Amino acid sequence: MHRLLTIASQITLAAGEEGESAAEEAHDAFVPGITSGPLVEWAWLIVVVPIIATFIIMFWGKKMPFKGWEIAWGSIGFVAIYGTVLFVLNATQGIVYEGAVEIAQIGDLTLEWGWVVDGLSIMMYFLVGVVGFLVFTYAKSYMKGDVRFTWFFASFSLFAGGMLVLVSAPNLIQLIVGWELVGVSSYLLIGHYWEDLANVDAANTAFMVNKVADAGLFLGAIIMAVSVGSFRFDDIIDVVVHGEAGMLSQYAFWAGLLIFIGAMGKSAQFPLHVWLPDAMAGPTPVSALMHAATMVTAGVYLLARLFPFYLDPTGMFAGDVRDIIIVIGGLTLFLMGFLAIVQKDIKKVLAYSTVSQLGYMVAAMGAGAYTAGLFHLFTHAFFKALLFLGAGSIIHAVHSNNMLDMGGLRKKMPVTFWTFIVGTLALIGIFPFAGFFSKDEILASMKYAGENGQDMANFILILGIAGAFITAFYMTRLLALTFFGKYEGHAEPHESPKMMTVPLVALAFFAVAAGWINWPGVYTGFTTWVATRIPLTGMGDHHPEGLDWSLVVIVTPVVLAGVVAGWFVYGRKKKPQAERDSFRIPVLWPFFENLYYIPDFYMNAIVRPIMGPISRVVLWFDMYVIDGFVNLVGLGSLGLAKVVRVFDQNVVDGFYNELGAGVGGSGSGLRLMFTGRVQQYAAFSFIGVVVIAVLFIIL
Amino acid sequence: MDWFENGWGLSLIVFLPVVGALAVLAIPKAKESLIKWTALAFSLVTLGLVIALAVQFDYSAADTYQFGTAMDTTWISAINANFYIAVDGISLPMVILAAVITVLVIIYSWNHWPEPHNPKLLLAFVLILATGMTGTFVALDLVLFFVFFEVVLLPMYFMIGIWGDRAIRVVPVVHWKIEMRLYASLKFFLFTLFGSAFMLLAFIALYFKSGEFLDERTWSMIELSDLGSAGVFTGTFAFLVFAGLFLGFAVKVPMWPLHTWLPDAHTAAPTIGSVILAAVLLKLGTYGFIRIAIPILPDEAVSWAPFIGILAVIGIIYGSLACLAQTDMKRLIAYSSVGHMGFIMLGVATLTPIGLNAAIIGMVAHGLITGLLFFIAGSMSHRYHTRDMTRIGGTMVLMPRMGVLLGFAAMASLGLPALAGFWGEFMALLASFDPLPLIGATTTFRVLMVFGAIGTVLTAGYMLYMLRNVDFGEPSKEFADKVLPDVDGYEWLAWSPLVIGIIAIGIYPKLVFGATNEAVVSLLAKAFGG
Repeated sequence: MHRLLTIASQITLAAGEEGESAAEEAHDAFVPGITSGPLVEWAWLIVVVPIIATFIIMFWGKKMPFKGWEIAWGSIGFVAIYGTVLFVLNATQGIVYEGAVEIAQIGDLTLEWGWVVDGLSIMMYFLVGVVGFLVFTYAKSYMKGDVRFTWFFASFSLFAGGMLVLVSAPNLIQLIVGWELVGVSSYLLIGHYWEDLANVDAANTAFMVNKVADAGLFLGAIIMAVSVGSFRFDDIIDVVVHGEAGMLSQYAFWAGLLIFIGAMGKSAQFPLHVWLPDAMAGPTPVSALMHAATMVTAGVYLLARLFPFYLDPTGMFAGDVRDIIIVIGGLTLFLMGFLAIVQKDIKKVLAYSTVSQLGYMVAAMGAGAYTAGLFHLFTHAFFKALLFLGAGSIIHAVHSNNMLDMGGLRKKMPVTFWTFIVGTLALIGIFPFAGFFSKDEILASMKYAGENGQDMANFILILGIAGAFITAFYMTRLLALTFFGKYEGHAEPHESPKMMTVPLVALAFFAVAAGWINWPGVYTGFTTWVATRIPLTGMGDHHPEGLDWSLVVIVTPVVLAGVVAGWFVYGRKKKPQAERDSFRIPVLWPFFENLYYIPDFYMNAIVRPIMGPISRVVLWFDMYVIDGFVNLVGLGSLGLAKVVRVFDQNVVDGFYNELGAGVGGSGSGLRLMFTGRVQQYAAFSFIGVVVIAVLFIIL
Repeated sequence: MDWFENGWGLSLIVFLPVVGALAVLAIPKAKESLIKWTALAFSLVTLGLVIALAVQFDYSAADTYQFGTAMDTTWISAINANFYIAVDGISLPMVILAAVITVLVIIYSWNHWPEPHNPKLLLAFVLILATGMTGTFVALDLVLFFVFFEVVLLPMYFMIGIWGDRAIRVVPVVHWKIEMRLYASLKFFLFTLFGSAFMLLAFIALYFKSGEFLDERTWSMIELSDLGSAGVFTGTFAFLVFAGLFLGFAVKVPMWPLHTWLPDAHTAAPTIGSVILAAVLLKLGTYGFIRIAIPILPDEAVSWAPFIGILAVIGIIYGSLACLAQTDMKRLIAYSSVGHMGFIMLGVATLTPIGLNAAIIGMVAHGLITGLLFFIAGSMSHRYHTRDMTRIGGTMVLMPRMGVLLGFAAMASLGLPALAGFWGEFMALLASFDPLPLIGATTTFRVLMVFGAIGTVLTAGYMLYMLRNVDFGEPSKEFADKVLPDVDGYEWLAWSPLVIGIIAIGIYPKLVFGATNEAVVSLLAKAFGG
């Protein structure tokens, strides 16, 4: 623990002679109160309980009264409680702890399983626990009567376990383990309805896109580990804050870039975003918890974990990568918002919205805005989970994902409607809902970064403001098409049961209140809650004294303009659904509807060639060239064997009759070989070898 | 337990199975269940002894040879060959693997008899194979090694040739129409014989050359590697000897382009044959590189390393691409071995402690995982009567447990972290970022690392492709209304140790690294100094 504080002061020194800002002083003065004791030493239970639950459900779940749901629910409830306790204690006293168990020593490297309990990981424990608990509660009712109810909760628990393995990781190896465990549970849950191969294809897309990105993460982690001589984040950050010009500084750019590629996959950044909208094939609770609130934020989490490495105050490490990060984030938040406008499937609208919001978080990390990025991650988890569960409630009622089958649900599903409104206001960033504060903080950080020398940030700031308009526009469309107008579906819509609406209300509470823990000028506890371990000084991580009014007066009108424009276009209540959604801008809309042709490009330029011509050419080469050579050699030696045999039989034995049989076909010749002439083959091989041996000796 | 520690225990482990084979052969053919129980008993006792060995093994001195016979136990005095066997941290995991696989194969075959039946002969072959495999892993005398290496050959040849796939195949290029089993077994036999002939030559050359430096010529791997690390084998001689060893081992691994026997042999072999072949026999080659080629000819290993690394990575990419073009499930798994063995050889080629550790854990993991995959593929084709992935589908509907196990094995095979396969793959890539500096081809290896990483993506691709076709979707019309039995008791018994092993090694890799690390570090330190 002590060391961590030292690190904080060192990085301040390394950051240059700018003097200590108020925030830095506050940070240095912050002394965690809890660095040992049973609470943190037993925190590994958070990780292990859901994993054990997975196995219990898998083996015995079907025989239980609630078919295994109770185990999943209980274990995630345990995480929620433990996470909340840690969250509160961290907020009041501060916690920093790392426990580890060695699992192997190879060469100079030590491999460990461990658990980190610090501000960053506690925030994730809290999120996974609380949002997870609400989603698991909701899912019991939502998944009622599902073909694979028990299996669903086993996979869902596996996800919770994998996610907790990931966020508790003190080293890159464990992070990778968690990373791929959530990947595989995502695969299982996207393909939950695997009778339909379309869902399996969606699951495969998700797995493969992530695998491509993971190859980057693997290589980045390898370069990092070899350069530092350790997988531990602490050791890596040690090298960074000491500004050691060793092997790491030599390869920092590549390590940083490759690890970021890994983050791009998991956090669905352009151009690796294609899997996330496809992932909507999974049941809605999965979309809410994994593909909106927690799993997809793993990339942002990883960037936060390695933040000093990317922040790079000494200019020797991956600082250059941040320009790439901010551009990728900016493009994602901007480009993906448009795609949300043209989707008919309510979940896909929210999926593209998620991709776009992840873009904000990633861009924030690129701007060096640690707190802002994490704060948006935190608030987004609540309101996007809320929106997905709300969408699930609607889908549950109308038995369709298509918004054209909805409309006018406002009166029929009041709880869903009002909570959905809260979620929407939070997402588009209306004061005083959560998203207002977090998005504002990101934009303020961009501005700050732009003013402090990161030119790219100015450009991304403009995209970010434009993105706020787009967000308001597509969310208004979604609201207008689902809750307003006339119902056009076939089912009889009704409000969902309590088991589903209570989680909605709880999430709605967070969608409002989560923003207030970082209200510049009023209360900014969040900045220290997530900052107990990784030092935050230096460029970009900007904690303003109050709201940046110069931004608020621009952004809020932009958002309202988006709402008005959206309502103007889609709010014609009397018309039939299809007509209300008939707005199209030529050229642009086909471009959006085809998703910028990116999936087509991947399919035609990469997947099909590999699956088709390339792999077939390899197989052809194998059969006709390599094996062809082998078979010709075989034919040759067979011929030789035949000659010898003929000689044998003709001259020595005078056995004429067998000759005829022997010439009958090479197949029968082979069979003869098989039944009795193996020795002959052996002899020939050895003769060949002896000839070569003689050559060896002569040489 | 003195007798156990001074060589008798290990000798028993090696020869008990062959005694079992004789016992099985002595039982009349009609008493089938007695035959089975006898075979099982012998394999179980052997496994028990192996477990005792593993428990008593001194892991803090894993680099020393333990439980060995006396180094000068004369065997064939005319040629100075000694009966010297022992285990160290490198061979111990392989010995355990061989013993476990033998037991599982016998359990599995309890109710899975390939045609033509004849359990007596089949089990005798399995037991002889066990002796050959274990013997190869513990032999420290080149003649002994060679003999065991060859002992493995014939039973496997007959296993494929007698119980193999009887489908007629037209061999490309030469247009023979021939039963798969005949073609595959012959190919397997000739390939291996071709390689091992060169290997034998290399052994003989080493034997004669050693006379120039020692009072007496020697076959002892230990003495030869002492000479090797002293740097006495040089020039053309060393090059040619390494070439001989390379051919012998590379065929067995198999390394590209010497691999074409493998898809045929694996596909044609009966299930238990494929399992033994994939799980253990392939490792004889990689083991030979680690045990013989590197320590005895370290300088040659250094100059061959980039070449081996390149072939290994070609194998990874090539094998994976070939998988993507398969419609035969068993053949897909067979080609996947080419890719996986490529990762193992990439680890070996780096000549670093991490690389060799990666190779050994990769060998164990591949043994467990591909063994499981072949078991499952065998059981599936037993039920579907076809291996054609365009015909089968929806296994999760028809046989959910089988489907789940296949999914698990496929995930393990594609290197999912926290399962055994991950460590070998990841650590091999890690090692190739930082290969032995002596090689002087760091950049080459880094390029190989990138291609290896691409290989992991392709591996995921073909495994998911297999799962999509076999596991998911609705069953085809052909099978939709058939009732197929799900995983039965014998299958559970034979497979669950593999599943447990895959998870256990994945979570706690020290199970393997704990034995290998020290041995590998000291082997490399001796060979390359430092």
